[in-house]
Amino acid sequence: MAKIKPRVKAPKSVAAGEVFTVKTLINHKMESGQRKDKAGEKIPRQIINKFEAIFNGTPVLTADLDPAISTNPFIEFSMKISEAGDLAFKWHDDDGSVYETSKSIAIG
Amino acid sequence: MNLSRRQALALGGAVITVSLLPVDLAHAASDQSNEAIAAFTGGADIGEGNLELTTPEIAENGNTVPIAVSASGAVSVLILADGNPSPGVATFHFGEMAEASASTRIRLAGTQSVIAVAKMADGSFIQAARSVKVTIGGCGG
Repeated sequence: MAKIKPRVKAPKSVAAGEVFTVKTLINHKMESGQRKDKAGEKIPRQIINKFEAIFNGTPVLTADLDPAISTNPFIEFSMKISEAGDLAFKWHDDDGSVYETSKSIAIG
Repeated sequence: MNLSRRQALALGGAVITVSLLPVDLAHAASDQSNEAIAAFTGGADIGEGNLELTTPEIAENGNTVPIAVSASGAVSVLILADGNPSPGVATFHFGEMAEASASTRIRLAGTQSVIAVAKMADGSFIQAARSVKVTIGGCGG
C-alpha cells in the first residue's frame, strides 16, 4: 500500500468561542472484508476502525468506524475553543498501527 | 395480442401509477439495524427531534456517498445503512468543544435508507432516516 499520509485542514488562528471547521483525510484502502480476489478468496478486512481528535488532552470527537466508510476516509467536524493549543489527530488501523498528526491553533 | 389505442393508453397509465406508489423505506428497518439501534439506546424509547441527516437523493456511485449529521445537544450519533451487508457505518462521540455535527463519506450497497440515531445530553434518543437511491452499488465483489 502507498505510504499512509494523514492530511488535516484547520485554521491557524481563531477567535475565542468562534466555531470553525476541521477537515481530515487519510489515504487508506479501507478493505471491507466483503470483496473477493480473482481466486474467489475473501480479501481480509483492514480498515481504520477509530478516529480521534483531541485538543490539549480533551477529546473533541471520537468516531468508531465500520467497513461502510469509503476508501480514504474523510471526516469533517466543527468545534470551538477558548484557549490556544494543539489539536491532535489519531487514526487507529485494524493491524494495530496508529497514524498521528497535529495542528497548533492560536487565539487571535 | 392486439391492443386498441385506448387500451394501450390505459395500460400505460396503470403501469405509471404502480411505479409511483410510495415506498416507505424509512420505517422498514431490518432486524440487524434494529439490533444495532437497541444496543445503542439500551432499549430506550426513540423520539423525533432536531436531528438533521443530510444525504443525496440519488448517489451515482455507492462507493462514496457524502452524508452529514447535525444535532445540537447530542453527545453521540449512530449512523446505520440499512441495506448494507452489515448495517453499521459509524458512531460519532462529541466532546464539549465539538459542535455536534460531522460529515463523512460512506459506502452503500444499493438503494436503501440511511438511519441516524442521536443520544442527547439528557439521555433521550432521537432518530432520523433518509432514503438514498444508488445507481452503482459500492461493495465490490
